[in-house]
Amino acid sequence: MIESLPLLSLITFLPLVGVLFILTIPRAADTNARWVALWVSLATFALSLTLWFQFDRTTADFQFVEYIPWIEDYNISYHMGVDGISVLFVLLSTFLIPICILASWTAITSRLREYMIAFLVLETLMVGMFCALDLFVFYVFFEAVLIPMFLIIGIWGGENRVYASFKFFLYTLAGSVLMLIAVLAMYLAAGTSSIPDLMAFNFPTGWQIWMWLAFFASFAVKVPMWPVHTWLPDAHVQAPTAGSVILAGVLLKMGGYGFLRFSLPIFPYASDYFIPLVFGLSVVAVIYTSLVALAQKDMKKLIAYSSVAHMGFVTLGIFTMNLQGIQGSILQMISHGLVSGALFLCVGVLYDRLHTKEISRFGGLVHIMPMYAFFFMIFTMASIGLPGTSGFSGEFLILTGAFKANTTVTFLAAIGVVLGAAYMLWLYKRVIFGKLEKADLKQMPDLSVREITVFVPLAILVFWIGIYPNDFLEIMEPSVSNLIDNYHLAMHSYNTPQLAGL
Amino acid sequence: MFVEAVFLPLISSLIAGFFGKTLGDRTTNFISCAILILAAIMSCFIFMDVALAGNSTVVELLPWMTSGTLEFSWALKFDTLSAVMVFVVLVVSSCVHVYSVGYMHHDKSQPRFMSYLGLFTFAMLMLVTADNLVQMFFGWEGVGLASYLLIGFWYEKESANKAAMKAFLVNRVGDFGFSLGIFAIFMLFGTVQLSEIFAQASVMENTMFTFLGMEAHAMTVICFLLFIGAMGKSAQLGLHTWLPDAMEGPTPVSALIHAATMVTAGVFMVTRMSPLFEFAPDVLTFITFIGATTAFFAASVGLTQNDIKRVIAYSTCSQLGYMFFAIGVSAYSAAIFHLFTHAFFKALLFLGAGSVIHAMSNEQDMRNMGGIWRKIPFTYACMWIGSLALAGIPLFAGYYSKDMILEAAYAAHHSPMHYYAFVLGIISAAMTAFYSWRLIFLTFHGTPRASKKVMSHVHESPPVMTIPLGVLMIGAVFSGFVGYDVFVGHDRLEFWADSIFVLASHDVIEEAHHVAWYIKKLPLLVSLLGIGLAYLMYIKKPSLPGKTAQTLKPLYNVSYNKWYFDEIYDALIVRPLMMAGRFLWRIFDVLIIDGLGPNGMMRISKNIAGTLSRLQTGYVYHYAFVMLVGLVIFISYLFYRILV
Repeated sequence: MIESLPLLSLITFLPLVGVLFILTIPRAADTNARWVALWVSLATFALSLTLWFQFDRTTADFQFVEYIPWIEDYNISYHMGVDGISVLFVLLSTFLIPICILASWTAITSRLREYMIAFLVLETLMVGMFCALDLFVFYVFFEAVLIPMFLIIGIWGGENRVYASFKFFLYTLAGSVLMLIAVLAMYLAAGTSSIPDLMAFNFPTGWQIWMWLAFFASFAVKVPMWPVHTWLPDAHVQAPTAGSVILAGVLLKMGGYGFLRFSLPIFPYASDYFIPLVFGLSVVAVIYTSLVALAQKDMKKLIAYSSVAHMGFVTLGIFTMNLQGIQGSILQMISHGLVSGALFLCVGVLYDRLHTKEISRFGGLVHIMPMYAFFFMIFTMASIGLPGTSGFSGEFLILTGAFKANTTVTFLAAIGVVLGAAYMLWLYKRVIFGKLEKADLKQMPDLSVREITVFVPLAILVFWIGIYPNDFLEIMEPSVSNLIDNYHLAMHSYNTPQLAGL
Repeated sequence: MFVEAVFLPLISSLIAGFFGKTLGDRTTNFISCAILILAAIMSCFIFMDVALAGNSTVVELLPWMTSGTLEFSWALKFDTLSAVMVFVVLVVSSCVHVYSVGYMHHDKSQPRFMSYLGLFTFAMLMLVTADNLVQMFFGWEGVGLASYLLIGFWYEKESANKAAMKAFLVNRVGDFGFSLGIFAIFMLFGTVQLSEIFAQASVMENTMFTFLGMEAHAMTVICFLLFIGAMGKSAQLGLHTWLPDAMEGPTPVSALIHAATMVTAGVFMVTRMSPLFEFAPDVLTFITFIGATTAFFAASVGLTQNDIKRVIAYSTCSQLGYMFFAIGVSAYSAAIFHLFTHAFFKALLFLGAGSVIHAMSNEQDMRNMGGIWRKIPFTYACMWIGSLALAGIPLFAGYYSKDMILEAAYAAHHSPMHYYAFVLGIISAAMTAFYSWRLIFLTFHGTPRASKKVMSHVHESPPVMTIPLGVLMIGAVFSGFVGYDVFVGHDRLEFWADSIFVLASHDVIEEAHHVAWYIKKLPLLVSLLGIGLAYLMYIKKPSLPGKTAQTLKPLYNVSYNKWYFDEIYDALIVRPLMMAGRFLWRIFDVLIIDGLGPNGMMRISKNIAGTLSRLQTGYVYHYAFVMLVGLVIFISYLFYRILV
């Protein structure tokens, strides 16, 4: 029942067309693969912008829906659609991929074709995952994302890449196995795999607890929440720059998205029941990882730990169960995708020049790389959450919402804001300020045109979300409101029979 | 005109920042100064229109965030309070801009300096014209960023970078309180819009809410949290440690940010929020205590410092304490009056000190100065006028505002802490006079202690530096006399209109006018004593200071080492946090989580696999033996089944 162009499928599978092209390129003309990948990803991004312009901002319904019965006997279908929550993640993914490809332009020299293929496949899988409205389709995409990422770290990573990629794989797989069981159980219980139908289905409360936990295992690893976060620093340190960008930019968001798409709407009772658990883990993540970030000697590890802290805010916000908290969380996820991506790119710029990420190897870069210092400052401030940048909009809304839910938790999380400034400013000081003394640093050129092209759009978005976040809040508002209303409705129905019994 | 006045500095900043290199130093300086002077002229008109003629207004610019009931815009609120602030900020800022053209003449990145100054001015204006708390927070953190950039302006200096970071982080601790205050206000009032909050303030007077698991008086909690923010920005006791270190920045920065404007943002914010603070008497008492203690503490440290800028920095800290205890006894208008006069004379003192430093080839230690007053008479006059105003000598600006504060503190019988504030205020006034003249005598009088080379270079600053000094001098002399009637005199109620709220039972300004004559004369008397003592110790008998320091060794050390605040914080906060970070990482993450988690799993599965692989020896007779054993067991089992 496709009435118009199957837009979502086009966006999802367009990158695969690029893959086919790249496969026809002979190995001798390897560098052409870059151009193909760049053009295809730009075309995909341009296509996805139609979503932004044509999206109906007044409804919470799924839009651009495609529905093709797939395995009819088992009621499984190819079902795609986006609402105000997922559309932003689709756009984030399509926006970051061209940036990743540009960032890898000169850094990657071996197996270039395969590298570009990995990124394009990754894009297909990510977009498909965010658009999927069928539980099985979702699960396939969700798990398949692991594969290209595993390869990107394992093949193009640093010295210790094999350990890091297996750690990454093991952690995420452990979560996924539990999730698979829950997925099957849900399907058997409800007799359908359609996500909108499952949202309407009323699971018994006892079931909800177990299935919530199974999903939680998978999402918590992806976010990552404390204490299952230790794969992230290793994965980031070993991953190539663009791998880190996409890992921090999109892959971590899969966990947060999962909570919003599954845990909250399908298991409202369990979500409510586990609020204290999530709050506790979030606050520990915020403070614990901020302190750990202070002690880091490797730039990428520092930013990786800061990601865990920032994602702690996200999980906190989601489970406040109010509009400010959840809108803030989504905004924070988008913002973190841009800012931490940009920060990893900043590290990459230095790594490309000096092949080290050790903080103590740098110092005084402002003298020779003023442009670099300028962009790095913007993203540092956004990471700190300076008002007027995207980091503030998200954090502020989350904490505003969280304060209504629990003052103690907010109080503790706000400490993380202070610590966040400490580790970022200290990093900036050690890398950028001071005397330029080391001989090899003196030869480093400032940003090239390509690098500036990478940073400018990120900076623009950071300020856009900081100064006028309403564009983003508006698009998600109906869906988030709807989510919260349904949650309260469900909670109400759980509470009323008991009252009636009294 | 309202919007232009606020955004012109931003434009100046962007021009200087992005095109400074192309335009060259001279053009950039000219453009920046011209823009700022234009904005300052506008601010005079705004002051007349809004404060004197009473036309307050709000200019909506752009919606900012809308999330359910949380809704606020970028908007500029102009009432008397913000008009006073805008006037002060733009006048001082334009003076500092012009002065910097001369002062930073030799610096290689002058456009960057101008850009930061513009950015600061813009953020400060956004702060004071905010019509909602979030925009105020934007300005609040924005000035923090500008301050960070300017303190660390000479980024090759390690000490400057450290000071910049320290300033940002200590302020962040304050902002932590401020932001929690905003969240609490939103929860309670359902809005962050100032006018809507104030409209509901009296209704919420006795509301209780749960905070950190305790049932608490909402207004007290909110105001306390907001005041934490003010303490950070205005360098009050406990969160003051960043201010003296901030003197690492170029001197014009110290004058603009760390004396006249940014550090007074806390005073402004609490005054702005007076409709809430009036309903939190316990917090007001706390503010009185902190303010008075800071005034005393900072003055006591100022007595022994040798760096000319640090003396003035502690003086600023101390004067901010005066403003706060004025607020504590609900004399908000007196606090803002002092903020107003202080901006002129303290900027004058700082820029004067800058002129001295400039003349002395960047020497800041007063022990290496002396005997230069004939060579730089204009600067010398500036420092005298600034000090006279600071000490509160009649006819100079400080006389009107500082005495008003002390009288209000004396008369404020509703406040339990008011005598404490009054007594410490009087003692601090004596110390203020003492250290100010100690500074003058050490710097300008006596025998020259600098090297011949330096002395031969001592010269009066160029007109581009002395003209701004002249403007500020006019302010330091006349602002008190001229402002008295409207700020705290007859016309005050009409002047402030509804921009300041004071409960009828807290109105001390009227009573302050009627305190006994000897109370009114006391500040003057102790100031003269302080000046006299300084004269005795540094002119008449220069051996006296050394002897006094010897006999009062412990006291001297406490003062000289700033009451050991930095050392205590370092031992109690900074080091433990760093250690916690290392511990959590090395022990918890790596040993425990990874050890039990992935690495542990790997080890276990390796062990199992290792054990299992030992079965696979590769010898056929081993396998044959196992098969045989299996076969025997299987057959036995079959027999067993058949037989039983």
